[in-house]
Amino acid sequence: MSWIWSNGDLIWDRTLDHLVLSVPPIILSFLLAVPLGALANRYRASRGAILSSVGLLYAIPSLPLFIVLPVIVGTSARSPLNLIIALTLYGVALMVRVVADGLASVDPDVRQSAAGVGFSSWSEFWQVELPLAGPVLLAGLRVVAVSTVSLATVGAVIGVQSLGSLFTDGFQRGIQAEIIAGIVATVVLALVLDGALVLLGRLLMPWTRKSSSRVMLPLTPTPLTPTPLTPTTTPTTPVTR
Amino acid sequence: MIEFRSVTKRFTTDVVAVDDFSLVLPSRKITVLVGSSGSGKTTLLRMINRMVDPTSGSIEIDGVDVASLEPVKLRRSIGYVMQNSGLLPHRKVVDNVATVPLLRGVPRKQARREALELLDTVGLSRTLADRYPSQLSGGQQQRVGVARGLAVNPNILLMDEPFGAVDPIVRAELQQELLRLQQELDKTVVFVTHDIDEAFLLGDQVVILRTGGLVAQIGSPTEILARPADEFVASFVGADRGKRALHLENHGGGELVVDSEGRLAGVLTRDTESGAAAQGRAGR
Ligand SMILES: Nc1ncnc2c1ncn2[C@@H]1O[C@H](COP(=O)(O)OP(=O)(O)OP(=O)(O)O)[C@@H](O)[C@H]1O
Ligand SMILES: [Mg+2]
Repeated sequence: MSWIWSNGDLIWDRTLDHLVLSVPPIILSFLLAVPLGALANRYRASRGAILSSVGLLYAIPSLPLFIVLPVIVGTSARSPLNLIIALTLYGVALMVRVVADGLASVDPDVRQSAAGVGFSSWSEFWQVELPLAGPVLLAGLRVVAVSTVSLATVGAVIGVQSLGSLFTDGFQRGIQAEIIAGIVATVVLALVLDGALVLLGRLLMPWTRKSSSRVMLPLTPTPLTPTPLTPTTTPTTPVTR
Repeated sequence: MIEFRSVTKRFTTDVVAVDDFSLVLPSRKITVLVGSSGSGKTTLLRMINRMVDPTSGSIEIDGVDVASLEPVKLRRSIGYVMQNSGLLPHRKVVDNVATVPLLRGVPRKQARREALELLDTVGLSRTLADRYPSQLSGGQQQRVGVARGLAVNPNILLMDEPFGAVDPIVRAELQQELLRLQQELDKTVVFVTHDIDEAFLLGDQVVILRTGGLVAQIGSPTEILARPADEFVASFVGADRGKRALHLENHGGGELVVDSEGRLAGVLTRDTESGAAAQGRAGR
């Protein structure tokens, strides 16, 4: 325990290192996954090709990737950039499918009616499909965040400092408290980022919050009656744009 | 005026949704397309705003072929209301109503102000403006859908089974509201339904469709009820049964109108033209 009190600064520094390593990949993988996922969702042919190639990406073992990447990208093996790129690749691998699935989950009726009132396909994507895919995207992003934070510890093995350095160092020097501190700080960091994402989701998607907490109130003369589900299913018509 | 000229729509070689369809939809009137499921009503409606393009034939709005118009621009000039309102679940009521004006570049403040006025027009309280669609009843959502359809003050309003998903009492209210609105606003309305009562109530012109987008009969409700073109129409409008097959019974000098199930429909009075009296009742 005393190790922790006397090394608070070290823990804090490694936490910041860790944050610098894990936040950019989370953001970058989201930004890269949106266009790729959208492309995958748009055309049947691109869907198979894109989803299976990003799936393969995830299958690459991390250690060899850390070693091969510098050769390809031209960074040094110990550069944090190397790790950030690798983590981004893993994030993209997870997130592309999520984006594609999220976009596919948007109610076709809403899309049809958006097209019907005159959204161009560009504005429909940004103003209708992407926001409505939001809850699915958020769920995916939370997984990416937590997995990135945990993967970033691997950096320690190749000499990029992070919270992982606390357990490699603690292991080598036989300081149990340091190992435990590394693990706990990693978990706490993951939880904090996860919480931040949930909060961000609430902020950006207020409609998901209110619909569950407030009930319909009969404020107008319209009699309040449950809406029966649509009795017929309308065949979906392709929209000419 | 909207005119269909020999319009055919084939989705695949064997699915003919609409077959050689010709029709004139007069301006400032309600034309109702009615027919059973799969008779091509939605397809016809969507060809007007180019959500669907015909395989052959043409559609003209005031003499202009819609094929020559840019689809997005065309759609922004036409009101479109669909079943389940089609509202954007992530936008507040007021923003839903303001959707199309905002797309057309109307300043936000003005768009919102006009949207609030439209809520009044369709009989919705302004207190609902800041709710999300999921916080409204089905009937309220439909009203918002209508308000959104009216937001760009279009000449044409396309309505695809707009009241199909609400219960009969609310539906009757919405129908009356639409008739009231139409008196004020004088739009060219194209209304799709599979409910023949609704068609007769709302339509100045009613088009009865068979499967494959074939016209069974076109006419005013009076014409169709008085002279059904064939057996199909007669049975579709229910002229041979129920509330529409009325007959007279004489009870101690008073002539009573009775439906086919023996229920009393009304009294025949001499100063009204008997045909019209029975008809009006039958058409609700
Ligand atoms: N995108 C499409 N691809 C293939 N077939 C289609 C498509 N859209 C419609 N159809 C077919 O065209 C025919 C007419 O469909 P349409 O949706 O116009 O019918 P409708 O009269 O509106 O029916 P409903 O009352 O069920 O809404 C149907 O047989 C339908 O299956
Ligand atoms: Mg339909």
